[in-house]
Amino acid sequence: MNDTLQSMKEKVASGGLDKYHESNRSKGKMFVRERLQRLFDDDLNIEDAFFANCMDGSLPADGVITGIGKINGEQVCVMANDSTVKAGSWGARTVEKIIRIQETAMKLEIPMLYLVDSAGARITDQVEMFPNRRGAGRIFHNQIKLSGRVPQVCLLFGPSAAGGAYIPAFCDIVVMVDGNASMYLGSPRMAEKVIGEKVSLEEMGGAEMHCSISGCGDVLAADEEEAIHYARRYLSYFPTNFRTAPKRVETIDPASFEKSISDLIPTNQNAPFDMYQLIERIIDEQSFCEIKKKFAPEIITGLARMDGRTIGIIANQPRAKGGVLFPDSADKSAKFMQLCDAFNIPLLFLVDIPGFMIGTRVERAGIIRHGAKMLSAMSEATVPKISVIVRKAYGAGLYAMAGPAFEPDACIALPTAQIAVMGPEAAVNAVYANKIAALEEADRPAFIKEKQEEYKENIDLYRLASEMVIDDIVQPDHLRADLMNRFEAYQTKNVTFTDRKHGVYPV
Amino acid sequence: MTEIKASMAGSVWKVVAQAGEQVASGDDIVILESMKMEIPIPAEAEGLVKELKVAEGDFVNEGDVIAIIE
Repeated sequence: MNDTLQSMKEKVASGGLDKYHESNRSKGKMFVRERLQRLFDDDLNIEDAFFANCMDGSLPADGVITGIGKINGEQVCVMANDSTVKAGSWGARTVEKIIRIQETAMKLEIPMLYLVDSAGARITDQVEMFPNRRGAGRIFHNQIKLSGRVPQVCLLFGPSAAGGAYIPAFCDIVVMVDGNASMYLGSPRMAEKVIGEKVSLEEMGGAEMHCSISGCGDVLAADEEEAIHYARRYLSYFPTNFRTAPKRVETIDPASFEKSISDLIPTNQNAPFDMYQLIERIIDEQSFCEIKKKFAPEIITGLARMDGRTIGIIANQPRAKGGVLFPDSADKSAKFMQLCDAFNIPLLFLVDIPGFMIGTRVERAGIIRHGAKMLSAMSEATVPKISVIVRKAYGAGLYAMAGPAFEPDACIALPTAQIAVMGPEAAVNAVYANKIAALEEADRPAFIKEKQEEYKENIDLYRLASEMVIDDIVQPDHLRADLMNRFEAYQTKNVTFTDRKHGVYPV
Repeated sequence: MTEIKASMAGSVWKVVAQAGEQVASGDDIVILESMKMEIPIPAEAEGLVKELKVAEGDFVNEGDVIAIIE
């Protein structure tokens, strides 16, 4: 009898037919059990419904592995498709297994990981797995319920097609493996049949596209190893659930740089500089874990550590699109701020922003509602928030980046800061347009210059400090020390935003 | 062949690279002026600048081709 059990176990654990294993290997794909071994500190420690559908000899584990293992010493739940079994497609037991492990994550309040590599539903099994109460819809319902309670991470190793594409969509973060991962509602073949479009899979739903254009992907990994490494690292910044705080690690001071922060920041407000260089000078060494690097690069979002504590950084990047906010950058920021706020991660805003983009294209794209969404997320975040005005903070840009009206715990400025409705050039043009037009051509430059100087005096930083608009002016090279003091002091912050069921979000 | 496209709407403030010049990935090809900011448009790949499609003062929309690199 023991022999029967042993041989049954071996059969199930080996997954689908050899030819499917070979085909996966040729694409650089690991067998699902190997992925799990690498993902966890040891291996999957608990696996339930291993024997699912074992009476049908052709569907080992019904194409999905579910269970619990440890990452960075913490318990996490996982579901992982086995693409050697009917291309990782979903039958009735596949769906039930996924639902059960989600329910476990909900009860234990531990992170839920989704290792996706699936062709979608088995249409032959649709009545058993599609429309019912515990059909595939329940997976998404559970994801939505889990959102903000525990971290949800998706590693996309292959396709996530049609309904299956919503698993990544409801996760906090989606890591996609370049070349193999894809997300789409209708395949290229379907697109050609139904709407007449001829397009490649990579172009329509590939990893590169989703990580740079649609924003459905957050991290583009070169291979599976890199994706798994990223997931382990990412989780190290998070608590296991919303009730707890992220673990503190040892502080590693940043390496010394030849150029100090003061050397870095150009005095000409209109000249670009590289915000990444400021970030690496204030955070713990090598601690930046960026999210959505390739999408909307005009805003930088990522997790980092300061004094060993997790923080979320949201920083304008003047090197890309002048650091101007667009609909995509507003989207990117809004989700990132919600992520940090959900899991008790303080927010640091590094501000150098000329404002929101103007013009026909962005108005048609609904920049006003996207901007409103960003402001809502920022405003509602009750974690410690510090806004650092690095250089310019113009117009609604100041608001979107946790300006003084939005209850940041502090709004501090570097001596290079300039806070105003708009920059001096634009302001003088706006206020004196008629007057300038009436002047002789030769007299205009002197007049404009004089008015710009007047304007600059009006928005002088010390004047704003005197009016207590900003809380402090900080020497650039003391910024790290100042921020460490503040984040330490703000740890006990305990605020409820307001009493209601929930807001009506501008989306 | 790579098309270098404008990342946002604006006017061409400075043309930095010249046709026939060898550029590295990340080198600025042109600098736009938009929202009162200088917006560098870098080469996304190294190669030879085959053609510059814009001149200083031109208005470009987001996505317009600025240069072709081979």
